[in-house]
Amino acid sequence: MSSGRCAACRYLRRRCTQDCILSPYFPSNNPQRFASVHRIYGASNVTKLLQRLPTHLRSEAADSLYFEAQCRLEDPVYGCVGLIFLLQQQIHSAESQLIKTQAEIAVMKSQTQHPQTQPFRAISGSNNLLLQQSDNDANLIFSNQVSSGFI
Amino acid sequence: MGGNSPCASCKLLRRRCAKDCIFAPYFPSDDPHKFAIVHKVFGASNVSKTLQELPLQQRADAVSSLVYEANARIRDPVYGCVGAISYLQNQVSQLQMQLAVAQAEIVCIQMQQDPIMVAANPQMVLGQADDDDQAFLLQNQCFNFANNNSSSSAYVNIHESLKRESIFGDIVS
Repeated sequence: MSSGRCAACRYLRRRCTQDCILSPYFPSNNPQRFASVHRIYGASNVTKLLQRLPTHLRSEAADSLYFEAQCRLEDPVYGCVGLIFLLQQQIHSAESQLIKTQAEIAVMKSQTQHPQTQPFRAISGSNNLLLQQSDNDANLIFSNQVSSGFI
Repeated sequence: MGGNSPCASCKLLRRRCAKDCIFAPYFPSDDPHKFAIVHKVFGASNVSKTLQELPLQQRADAVSSLVYEANARIRDPVYGCVGAISYLQNQVSQLQMQLAVAQAEIVCIQMQQDPIMVAANPQMVLGQADDDDQAFLLQNQCFNFANNNSSSSAYVNIHESLKRESIFGDIVS
């Protein structure tokens, strides 16, 4: 173990010391992991970032850096932010569906309770009210994208 | 407009801002913070390489996403954007569960209203394979649902979930 260099030191062609900060998180058996992180962040930035963290959090930080680096390599324009957008769209769509379904349930229940009254097409009416409110609230999420200069 | 003032990047890097500076269109001098955070997280050299590899029309979006990621990483040095992604994935799962519950309730109500029709044609209400087992399971679900029905508590208030803070708010530790 004393002679093996970590993936970072191998990549950087330097001696891997015993207190190498990168070696626990970039083992020699996965050179691609450090290569990705180095390409996006650079060794110096990764080192500084890990140094600022307590030891017990560094592993998670290294994992998240690797994840984001991979996302950026696969999508150089949006990186992992593309994934965030996709998830937000999925949430918006699921919420709309849920609201519609809940409205449908409300109508069906009222039909069950008052079978003699003709059910007007309340679905679209209640849907619009609920959707309007949910759209206004959902815009809070999207407008943050705008205010952060993303859109 | 006489002499060109250096862009935020060249100001920070203390160099002459050339006419073809790759950063200048995206890091104007009136917003030094924007480049500062991107430089802190990614490094000017890496950002420059990333932009150079992209066609012109995609660079603005790339810069915006880099700024977003850099902001996320500064606010949450451990998880960065991954914290937000985790949170959103949880939200999607929860919503899908709520939707499944709501759809099951619809089926139950329909069964109560017209059990014969539903039992004969489970695929009409489920939109799935017309399996006998499916109809049986459905009936059992409806019994359980009816017995445990505190329907308001079965659904998380969707408006509460929409009122949660933005992504930045959630990733601030």
